[in-house]
Amino acid sequence: MALKLPVRNKQGRGRRRNEHVPSRERAIRYVLMAATWISVLALAAVFTELLLGAFPAFTSINIVDFFTGTVWNPSHPLYPLYGVLPLFVATLMVAFAAALIAIPIGLGCTIYLAELASPRVKAIFKPAIEILAGIPSVIFGFFALVILSEWIAMVFDPVNKLNALNGAIMLAVMMIPIMVTVAEDAINAVPNNLREASLALGATRWETVRHVVLPSALSGIVAAIVLAFGRAVGETMTVLMATGNSTLLSFDFLRSVQTMTAAIAIDFGEVASGSDHYHVLFLVGLMLFVITFVINFLADWVVRRFREEYK
Amino acid sequence: MTTAIHAEDLNVYFDKNHALKGVTMDINKNEVTAVIGPSGCGKSTFIRCINRMNDLITNCTVNGKVMVDGTDINDDDVDVVDVRRRIGMVFQKPNPFPKSIYENVAYAPRLHGIVETVDGKVKRRKHTKQELDAIVERSLRRAALWEEVKDRLDKGGMTLSGGQQQRLCIARTLSIDPEIILFDEPCSALDPIATSKIEDLLVDLKKDYTVVIVTHSMQQAARISDRTAFFYMGEMVEMGDTKQIFEKPARELTEQYITGRMG
Repeated sequence: MALKLPVRNKQGRGRRRNEHVPSRERAIRYVLMAATWISVLALAAVFTELLLGAFPAFTSINIVDFFTGTVWNPSHPLYPLYGVLPLFVATLMVAFAAALIAIPIGLGCTIYLAELASPRVKAIFKPAIEILAGIPSVIFGFFALVILSEWIAMVFDPVNKLNALNGAIMLAVMMIPIMVTVAEDAINAVPNNLREASLALGATRWETVRHVVLPSALSGIVAAIVLAFGRAVGETMTVLMATGNSTLLSFDFLRSVQTMTAAIAIDFGEVASGSDHYHVLFLVGLMLFVITFVINFLADWVVRRFREEYK
Repeated sequence: MTTAIHAEDLNVYFDKNHALKGVTMDINKNEVTAVIGPSGCGKSTFIRCINRMNDLITNCTVNGKVMVDGTDINDDDVDVVDVRRRIGMVFQKPNPFPKSIYENVAYAPRLHGIVETVDGKVKRRKHTKQELDAIVERSLRRAALWEEVKDRLDKGGMTLSGGQQQRLCIARTLSIDPEIILFDEPCSALDPIATSKIEDLLVDLKKDYTVVIVTHSMQQAARISDRTAFFYMGEMVEMGDTKQIFEKPARELTEQYITGRMG
């Protein structure tokens, strides 16, 4: 006797649908879908708000002056100046310097933990570094304000006690755990039989790491660096507390600077809603958004290029 | 026949698990020696002692001697890098590097360079491009892969078929001209045609190298090896000429295994 299965949707062509999904399964599916939509819509809402808020600035102030102006003085009662360069330069200076400090240390730490450390050492250090990633940024800011700035003052005799270097070092400390966590995952994902192949050819540990493991994990390592750099560019509270917030254009790491994020955070509290200054702050925010977008895009491009080489 | 490898009272522990129990055996030069036995009998553990791959496992302890050319490779003053240059290994799963075919084979020579004596001084220098090209071609020819890949040396090693990848791994091992080559179940991930190519290659390689192969296939051992060792539960039960092992095994256990009544 042939078993007869209930058949529906006889003429159904193309995608086959399972009509027998239990209602509970279907409900779960909708809940998960809703969660996904909420995250996407939230992002869209934030971006739209940013665009709408920034839009009036394009007509109310001279947009060329905004990008090329070297003076940021939005609070002047008669002649406010909205040159974003001091803030932009400060952001790049602090973020790049932080990356310069964090990348070698983070990479070294990652390689040590992933390839060389004994399980005992790893069991202690890995959670410790992960805890570092969870510390609120205001705590780092506090540390920079009270302690790190004093150390810098002792060593460098800076112009301002709170300066770009102070922020950069503190940011670097914050970047390292993100880098280590993501990059270590990438290194662990390299199949062990590649390491064995290299070692069996008489390569040393380091040669194996340098020529086999790191190239194979490269895309993940670049992703880790970008993620960390993105955080450095977007970080607000720490730099706000550490860098002293002088809005003068300066390329000196021992002088006080104000980053774009810090400017938004500080100015927004006292700005009149709907004023030029208000819209310009949105524009600065939009610029930050574009910067992080470009960084991610570049990283993606780099990763793609290298991956082809290793195919 | 001269002895290439002499293992004496070799014991391996993984933590408290006694994985290899007092193995003593001689492996002859320019022969294919097969190591057979059921899964978990210690055959892979044994050949991994010969090029000290077990060093990489943190909880592993190795006692006993493995004599190669009159030195015990487990001695403290022996450089493990040097051991592995002289004793190559091909693994169960083909594991080419994610690099081009050329770079896969050139990898080890590039790392080690050439050691020369100039005016009485020992110097290490890099290979010239011509020397590297020659090594790559020679190794690929020796691994019976040259004709198939000579027009696409710059393509990735991963683009090859499984059997070609395994021959690429063999070429990679041959690139630094080892004395002994260890094969750890090299055909278990391959189809019958690819397997037969590798088997032909192994038999051919014994002219220049000493070959040790771990295999779970008794037919394979019977087809290609000169001598066979049977392992069971971490002990070497019997070793002898392949013909003798398969036709007139001395031990009851061996006979049970090769006739399929156990294992």
